Amino acid sequence: MTTATIAGKEITLDDEGFMTEYDEWSEALGEVLASQIGIEMTDAHWEAVRFLRKDFLEQGVTPTLRRVSTVGGIPIKELFGLFPKKPAKKMAYIAGLPKPAGCV
Amino acid sequence: MKHLIILGAGTAGTMAANKLRPLLQRSEWDITIVDQTTEHHYQPGYLFIPFGMYTADDVVKESRSLLADGINFVNSEIERVDPDQQVVHLANGDDPKYDYLLIATGTHPRPDQTPGLDGPEYGRSIHDFYTLEGATRLHKALESFTGGRLAVNVVEMPIKCPVAPLEFTFLADSYFKKRGIRDKVDMVYVTPLPGAFTKPVAAKSLGGMLDERDIGIEPDFMLERVDTDEQVLVSYDERKVPYDLLVTVPINMGADFVARSGLGDELNHVPVDKHTFLSKKYDTIFALGDAAALPTSKAGSVAHFAVDVFTENFVNYVHGRPMERSFDGHANCFIESGDGKAMLIDFNYVTQPLEGMYPLPGIGPFPLLHESRRNHWAKLAFRWTYWHMLLPGHHLPVPNAMSMAGKHEEDS
Repeated sequence: MTTATIAGKEITLDDEGFMTEYDEWSEALGEVLASQIGIEMTDAHWEAVRFLRKDFLEQGVTPTLRRVSTVGGIPIKELFGLFPKKPAKKMAYIAGLPKPAGCV
Repeated sequence: MKHLIILGAGTAGTMAANKLRPLLQRSEWDITIVDQTTEHHYQPGYLFIPFGMYTADDVVKESRSLLADGINFVNSEIERVDPDQQVVHLANGDDPKYDYLLIATGTHPRPDQTPGLDGPEYGRSIHDFYTLEGATRLHKALESFTGGRLAVNVVEMPIKCPVAPLEFTFLADSYFKKRGIRDKVDMVYVTPLPGAFTKPVAAKSLGGMLDERDIGIEPDFMLERVDTDEQVLVSYDERKVPYDLLVTVPINMGADFVARSGLGDELNHVPVDKHTFLSKKYDTIFALGDAAALPTSKAGSVAHFAVDVFTENFVNYVHGRPMERSFDGHANCFIESGDGKAMLIDFNYVTQPLEGMYPLPGIGPFPLLHESRRNHWAKLAFRWTYWHMLLPGHHLPVPNAMSMAGKHEEDS
């Protein structure tokens, strides 16, 4: 665990830079986290990230790509377009959620 | 009279029924177990069929013969559960009522969920080894394979027995060597994970083992479709992996009745409390084994450790007492690595597979995360243990909860 100051706010991060405190996040912060990994947020990006935040609150785990697609209604192909290469990881990073567990 | 209905006579359902029967008074409790087939398969044995090490006879028994006296077996497909009325609608026309329901209908490969996979090439250039039919067909395909590119692909996680695709790959390498054609076979392991396995310490040693065997790895590969004309796997980010022979591990999904009953998540697995297996929605429904949405491996060993916790808790629960035991996600898997050797991994919800000795520190006799002949023989001997010890519900001399004794803490 480390702390960092982003956009004037102190936040708690795990070893890989994923936020660990759900309530420390804000959309302004999400915007900054996105820019750090080269993503400029559009409405389509926000739709995915907001679904992740809402679903995490209800389920207690970061949703998989399949769940974002079947429950959140955003096709996997589109997620790869919005968050290139590693959409599950990138979405979780921007949404301030734990890295997807990668099922065991 | 109270009625417990168990859906599914696989590993978890059979063990739970046999363990609960002596714990629930026969004058007070009926136990019914429902399954769509009359055959019980030793699923870990499928792995050996493609290489001619096992045949169908080694892995099939009649389900009824594995159940203790006093358990009703019903052979029917399941239409739907009505959780509010506490009724199961069966395809045979019966609608039994339950006081408590245990869902143990497992998870199953679904090639129909990926475009191009479940077409005319399935069973020809595309094979699976997670069904008896698939493993048997693959045996023939391997026998007539004389060289070319073999791709082993895991379509999506979670899958049952998540180490089996790697085991298959190692065994295939060993099999081709024995036939003297390894130099004519180009092997690639194609996975949606960032490496050979999910957890770092095991991923490192398993990844090293792919390297040593000259098996390529294509990580972070999310399969979108299979182009059977060009014989390529196509990912969502438009990478292509060619194959001559494709061994697929399709998307795994829970039973369709789970979805029809409104009891499942997006993969028809049942969301339950990860320590007690009680449904998150209904206080009369539990789900056990692969059917449950749990953050641990879908594997027989998990079902085994889970059943011990479940049965004790269940007896307390139905008598209005608190469920005192808490499942830790314990899994214990032998990993065949080819050439008559195997590895062993032992882990739970919080501790990843580590190096060391199991079950006794320093003594073992089973080394963790290292190849040994002893592990291989233990894996083969396990089939006997499964039929004669595990399913009847006898006690095995290994700890139920995972223990750190004998494990080496990760260097950090």
